[in-house]
Amino acid sequence: MTSREKAQVLDDTALDRALTRIAHEIVEQAGGEGVALVGIKTRGVTLAERIAEKIAGIEGTRPPVGALDITLYRDDLRLKAEQPAVRGTEIPFPIKGRTVVLVDDVLFTGRTIRAAMDALMDLGRPRIIRLAVLVDRGHRELPIRPDYIGKNLPTSRRESVAVMLREHDGVDRVVIQEPTDS
Amino acid sequence: MGWKRKDLLSLQDLEAAEIRDVLDTAGSMKEIATREIKKVPTLRGKTVVNLFFEASTRTRTSFEIAGKWLSADVVNFSASGSSAEKGESLLDTAKNIEAMSPDVVVVRHKASGAPALLARHLRCAVVNAGDGAHEHPTQGLLDLLTIREKKGHLEGLSVAIVGDITHSRVARSDIHGMKKMGITVTVAGPPTLIPPACQELGVKVSHRLEEAIAHADVIVMLRLQHERMESGLIPSLREYSRVWGLSLDKLKHCRPDVLIMHPGPVNRGVELSPEVADSRYSVILDQVTNGVAVRMAVLYLLAGSQPA
Repeated sequence: MTSREKAQVLDDTALDRALTRIAHEIVEQAGGEGVALVGIKTRGVTLAERIAEKIAGIEGTRPPVGALDITLYRDDLRLKAEQPAVRGTEIPFPIKGRTVVLVDDVLFTGRTIRAAMDALMDLGRPRIIRLAVLVDRGHRELPIRPDYIGKNLPTSRRESVAVMLREHDGVDRVVIQEPTDS
Repeated sequence: MGWKRKDLLSLQDLEAAEIRDVLDTAGSMKEIATREIKKVPTLRGKTVVNLFFEASTRTRTSFEIAGKWLSADVVNFSASGSSAEKGESLLDTAKNIEAMSPDVVVVRHKASGAPALLARHLRCAVVNAGDGAHEHPTQGLLDLLTIREKKGHLEGLSVAIVGDITHSRVARSDIHGMKKMGITVTVAGPPTLIPPACQELGVKVSHRLEEAIAHADVIVMLRLQHERMESGLIPSLREYSRVWGLSLDKLKHCRPDVLIMHPGPVNRGVELSPEVADSRYSVILDQVTNGVAVRMAVLYLLAGSQPA
């Protein structure tokens, strides 16, 4: 299925501003004390790194950043023709007793976050898990609610949201795409 | 690249990209071994049957741990004291096990081709855990993973496989896997233990240990497969050990960063001197650790390749 760009939702300055605001909100709520950021692979990790840099700018100390691969925790494994690639989890710090902020690019059905919470719990018992997303596009299928949102974006189910980041795509922007076959 | 095969029967069948896929997946699985709670829910509700018609502790345990860490139910079926001794055919035994709806059957059998036979007749995935002198693909994969981890790459390396090549299924899987990944392979051993048409596999053959290992990045030492050997192939164990056993003295002329591997079980004092087995060159225990990761990767990839 091919798709075409319908609209640009965030450009590079707006994206950066959204991350700055999320960083301030995290610091305000948690005081920067004992906070750790855990990005969901792949773009969530990049966003977590950027938020950590911003928190370092505000607080003087950079919170630790981990990377979570949720493949082994998915609920749709046997619905797929072949197994998705496992990319490995790297969380080089104990999460027990910590405030862990999960970071992802797009919040959609909530199933990824459900899997991420299960994965995180298997690594230890965080004091609090919060959720930061760059884009919340609605259509939740599970009772999951983000704590920090870069942009609320009402979408239709047939559209998709593409988050492009410098590190992966050479450019910072968020766009809505719609299928061309209609 | 996605995994599309129903079974894992040999490394001869696999493409380089598929081997890379398994190694990458296994690399990710290793993190689970470092956790306090070594379990992920991935294969919950799947059943893995270890169907071993030949003695094995290491491989069976490795598959069992791999399945359990992925939350599969693992059942061990060993042939001693079972229906095979009462005269049931391999296929009948397998059909009976299939009637209990397993998702993956892991087979070890003394006859080459037994897993392939089962794969043709069973709907579930079949993993070859060693068949006769044919192949032992997960051992080949864990050897590649260990080399890649220690050397950082595979392409362009040089590996010497030393000992009883004729009776070794590990040698065959290693040769096929290594050749596909761009490794130069030299096999070495007494002429009676090297198959006559060995060069057709694309390997160099050497009949002198010192020559074979001089420039090797990795040396794979093999055990004498007494259980598969006719008598008269070697004059005596003591002579074999003197000529073909690896001692610290013989290692002196090797590369300083050479790796010593062995698929186990090691016969200390025969193919490896105890000093070499415990030396800093030896990665034998890393191989065992990587074995679990490779088997997790294989179970994960196969359990997902079946029709839902």
